[in-house]
Amino acid sequence: MNTVVCLKQVPDTETLIKIAGTGIATDGIKWVISPYDEFAVEEALKMKEKMKAGNVTIVSLGPDRAIESIRTALAMGADTAVHVNDAAYYEKADPFATAAALAAAVKGLEYDAVFLGKQAMDDDSGQVPAMLGELLGIPVVTQVIKIEVADDKSKASVTREVEGGHALLDVSLPAVFSAQKGLNEPRYASLPGIMKAKKKPVDVKKAADLGVSDGPKTVVKELSLPPARQAGRIIQGDDAKAKAAALAKALHDEVKII
Amino acid sequence: MPGTLIYAEVQKGEIKKGSLEVLSKAKEFGGDVSACIIGSGAEALAPELAKYGADKIYVVDGPEFENYVPEAFVQAFAQVAEQVKPSVIFASATAQGKDLMPAVAARLKVGAISDCVDLKKEGDKIIAKRPIYAGKAYAMVEAVAEPQVISVRPNSFAASEQAGAGAVEKVAVNLDASKIKTVVKSIEIAQSDEPDQTEAEIIVSGGRGMKGPENFKMLEDLAKLLGPTATTGASRAAVDAGWREHAFQVGQTGKTVSPNLYIAAGISGAIQHMAGMGTSKVIVAINKDPEAPIFQKADYGVVDDLFSVVPALIEEIQKIKG
Ligand SMILES: Cc1cc2nc3c(=O)[nH]c(=O)nc-3n(C[C@H](O)[C@H](O)[C@H](O)COP(=O)(O)OP(=O)(O)OC[C@H]3O[C@@H](n4cnc5c(N)ncnc54)[C@H](O)[C@@H]3O)c2cc1C
Ligand SMILES: Nc1ncnc2c1ncn2[C@@H]1O[C@H](COP(=O)(O)O)[C@@H](O)[C@H]1O
Repeated sequence: MNTVVCLKQVPDTETLIKIAGTGIATDGIKWVISPYDEFAVEEALKMKEKMKAGNVTIVSLGPDRAIESIRTALAMGADTAVHVNDAAYYEKADPFATAAALAAAVKGLEYDAVFLGKQAMDDDSGQVPAMLGELLGIPVVTQVIKIEVADDKSKASVTREVEGGHALLDVSLPAVFSAQKGLNEPRYASLPGIMKAKKKPVDVKKAADLGVSDGPKTVVKELSLPPARQAGRIIQGDDAKAKAAALAKALHDEVKII
Repeated sequence: MPGTLIYAEVQKGEIKKGSLEVLSKAKEFGGDVSACIIGSGAEALAPELAKYGADKIYVVDGPEFENYVPEAFVQAFAQVAEQVKPSVIFASATAQGKDLMPAVAARLKVGAISDCVDLKKEGDKIIAKRPIYAGKAYAMVEAVAEPQVISVRPNSFAASEQAGAGAVEKVAVNLDASKIKTVVKSIEIAQSDEPDQTEAEIIVSGGRGMKGPENFKMLEDLAKLLGPTATTGASRAAVDAGWREHAFQVGQTGKTVSPNLYIAAGISGAIQHMAGMGTSKVIVAINKDPEAPIFQKADYGVVDDLFSVVPALIEEIQKIKG
């Protein structure tokens, strides 16, 4: 079972965002593997272990610093990586152009499944997986929380989250899957894993090497910060009952929700 | 504007509210506004779209569209879009909308903008506002190619009735069955009349302070009392403890919600939780720790034991409601 994992490096979720032009100020940011992509890496590793064969290849589009996240995934147990280091693609972060670059990189590999996160925790777009499937011409199952691959690798039984519940479906492989929380618990890289990762091959490519030329199809015109929320009123009262009464009254008179 | 096409999503035999919201917004922008519904027996829902202003309704009806199968729906909707040639495509950013729209855009070789919370028109272009970094910033985004494919977060606009011409056209799509690689085995939807968190107008959420799964009953009672547009939510601590299912989780790795009223009981207000509900119109925090960060963002704060406050609040609201 050969799998590909598309992994994006993003700011840690604790990061306070400061704006610089149409991007964010990157000083002092701690960069991490996008949390949903960790589920994607874990699932690929589990599948390889279960099938007792195959390779896990990481594909990441990003600047020089992305190599650290790629190495982390290799330390978790992935075998090889393709680092698409091309500013024309990662700087604009357009979902279609990203999907086109990833598709070009994936096409050169052997795979039964491609795993992604359900959304990258920076642009929160959630569009790359479906676009990638379309560009590769293979089916896509988004927001998966369980995957079981048939022994002959011809298909998988998948559970995905839908509004208000779950859907169970069968999909033929190769296919693209996007990981939702609940799929698994990502492992940590072990010390021997970290040592081994240093020697694993990472293929660095430019978009031109992959033969992609699609430009961005969306443009960010402006970034802004949400208006700061002000601390409101602390409801006063002698006891919990009095406070509850005052709150109910405020919800009725001021918020007009009751 | 030479034409807007709305993807009208069907669930449980009804048009999703979010689809009607984008339809209403599209009417505001003017020009021809058409809608496309795909489903088994979908034709019966066309009058509903006319009631909300659709000038034309494209219907793709057939048993093969009983369940949402991406490869079938993307073929069908892309064919309708190629026929209609709209300059803008709008959908609600529901689970299905977020699944279908990027695939449609990739098929049409255009860009797509997802999960927008506001829209404005500049000349022929729509500029869409969307939260990034889990709501810690907003981006104004423009799609360069046409059609501009845009999905809009539920609850961002009001759905308002206004009569449209509502001409119905049935479209016979050319479905390539060899491209359909997924088979839906079953769909398990919890039998609940409650709205999904992303669509709810009121959310009563509980965190680690709830102490155990059994105590969520009182949050459910409170939500029920607040009406049919209310539901419950949870923090990740409550979900990780196994007290609530992940579907209830609000925050960076859960749902992003913006209800009119968000009540947080026993939730400290971590940055990843706030990221998912910071755009709520009114936030109420109930927490016994006066230093809890959530009080920095709450419109109304109650510093006390939630196990006393919540039952008392239920009683007081019952009194007001009479
Ligand atoms: C990558 C990443 C993603 C994350 N995603 C999410 C996410 O999507 N959603 C999310 O919620 N978190 C998320 N988190 C976790 C987040 O950082 C917090 O750990 C979590 O939100 C804490 O939940 P809590 O507020 O319920 O618990 P706590 O922080 O433990 O707070 C419990 C609160 O309850 C109060 N309390 C206790 N007893 C009572 C009582 N009897 N009456 C009144 N008040 C009481 C306490 O004073 C306290 O403030 C994420 C973290 C990471 C690293
Ligand atoms: N630059 C990138 N490099 C590798 N994978 C990416 C990149 N951008 C997005 N992805 C993948 O696509 C998923 C969804 O991203 P998005 O559609 O941008 O929210 C992510 O979780 C990643 O798995």
